[in-house]
Amino acid sequence: MNIFHDANRKQIANRRVKDKSLHMIFLLATSVGIIALTVLLVDIIIDGWSNLSPDLFTNFPSRKAEDAGMKSGLVGSMYIMLILVPLSFILGVGAAIYLEEYAPKNKLTRLIQLNISTLAGVPSIVYGILGLALFVRMLSLQKSLISGALTMTLLVLPIIIVAAQEAIRAVPRSRRDASFALGATKWQTVSRSVLPSSLPGILTGVILAASRAIGETAPLIIVGASTYVAFLPKSLTDAFTAMPIQIYNWISRPQVAFKDLGASAIIILLAILILLNITAVIIRNKYQKNI
Amino acid sequence: MPNKQETTIDKTKSSSNPFKNSRVSILNKIMPILLFLCAIVSVFTTIGIVITLLSETVNFFREIPIFDFLFGTKWSALIEPKQFGILPLLAGTLMITSIAIIVALPIGLASAIYLSEYAPDKVRRIVKPILEVLAGVPTIVYGYFAISIITPIIQFIFPSAGVYNALSAGIAVGIMIIPMICSLSEDAMSAVPRSLRDGAYALGATRFEVALKIVVPAAFSGIVSSAVLAFSRALGETMIVSLAAGSTPTLTFNPLDSIQTMTAYIVQVSLGDIAHGSIEYGSIFAVGMTLFVFTFLLNILAQYISRRFREEY
Repeated sequence: MNIFHDANRKQIANRRVKDKSLHMIFLLATSVGIIALTVLLVDIIIDGWSNLSPDLFTNFPSRKAEDAGMKSGLVGSMYIMLILVPLSFILGVGAAIYLEEYAPKNKLTRLIQLNISTLAGVPSIVYGILGLALFVRMLSLQKSLISGALTMTLLVLPIIIVAAQEAIRAVPRSRRDASFALGATKWQTVSRSVLPSSLPGILTGVILAASRAIGETAPLIIVGASTYVAFLPKSLTDAFTAMPIQIYNWISRPQVAFKDLGASAIIILLAILILLNITAVIIRNKYQKNI
Repeated sequence: MPNKQETTIDKTKSSSNPFKNSRVSILNKIMPILLFLCAIVSVFTTIGIVITLLSETVNFFREIPIFDFLFGTKWSALIEPKQFGILPLLAGTLMITSIAIIVALPIGLASAIYLSEYAPDKVRRIVKPILEVLAGVPTIVYGYFAISIITPIIQFIFPSAGVYNALSAGIAVGIMIIPMICSLSEDAMSAVPRSLRDGAYALGATRFEVALKIVVPAAFSGIVSSAVLAFSRALGETMIVSLAAGSTPTLTFNPLDSIQTMTAYIVQVSLGDIAHGSIEYGSIFAVGMTLFVFTFLLNILAQYISRRFREEY
């Protein structure tokens, strides 16, 4: 019996050892991501926790770290969201409905679909360059709130379209058939049966897109968000700043006091992102089973 | 939701003629057009990107010969004498992406193998959301991570390293793309049918042999395309490199040196006040165009690989 030959036994033992040790290596590799996240969070909390005060919300940026706040950044980010969310919702969901419910199976449709997946891979800084050329210069909106918001809208649009398409596709065929059988027109079916059923999925996508936009820095720098804004924008064409821009400004300075202030601002940014993500998960879990 | 449908009918009936409701029929005709316009916005975005990049880049090449741009070894856009040879920026970008891939590919792949082949369900349910969180962290936060944690560690190990160095930024970018490689590769591995694994187990293979000799080869196209996509993502990464890699465009192969990437250059110029139509303004577009072409080609390559070399089961 060959199997019980000594050399073979050794080989089998070797293979077992190999299996065990690689199991450990794979486990270690997986823990790298978790460790990195833990270290990152702990580092930020250690640096930023002590600076966390109401001043951060109520004060404008200042030359002195102890007086500086990010009121203008918070309000700027909020205004951007107020423009971005409805606009990208309408455009994104509209595009998704068209592609899923109306689009004929032809070359143009395939082109649009391919184009959306390509756009999702374009670096965010390139959207910034587009915004600079198109909104800031060509439409002469200047380095303003509206330029920034429109640029970000284009950036998150592919995310929303893909999420909405998936949500619409998940609505069973029978829903539509039932609606048609009752004599509803195509649009009535789409707007009163398909859309309400897919709304939770769509909202999840919109929230995720918004959380992407809140943390995005590079495109806003390119379209000219200012790093020092000591007022709140009063109109769409006013100069603006946003939370990540303020963070960038603080952590790129050499003084430790400003770096720590940046860490506090990051805590606030991450807290907002976590809240958004929890909302998305709650919506997903609450309505998922209803379809 | 049957109630809603009933009200729909009620409304139609209450109007004078249920079969010729003009509002309904107009909506039915107009909505497809409006929705089509929404869908076409994305096409115009692409066209807009290509046209703006192309037109400003052509303007730029009227002043700077395209040959000097592509093969020049000195980039000095903001200090006289101005020189626009993109090679230092390109070398900086490739150094960052290479470091990132060296960090992320083994870790991401090993995590993917662990999650798909080894991990019990309980562990997977905990680890996957953590990786999702890691993927959702804004890049500016990774930038902070690089300068406040990674750079001091590197300076401790290599005292010759500068405050800004390519290694620190590269590692941070690598950590950023781990979740991407992991989740895309894991998708590819989970798509490998159970029967292949069972066949190997029946022949007496260990778990490690199944993972490396059956699952990885079968999912190879998906793994490669995930790596290519991650590479392209690293190429376009901006804030980490602006914060941690410095702003000195030098043609160097020493990862401890301060360098500048294409994206960091665009940020540097944008932070200053540049006049529209100036040569610096044009250079943003020329560099942006280079970046766009690279990422675009890589994305096409990734799609091609995953389609062309996919093993169908």
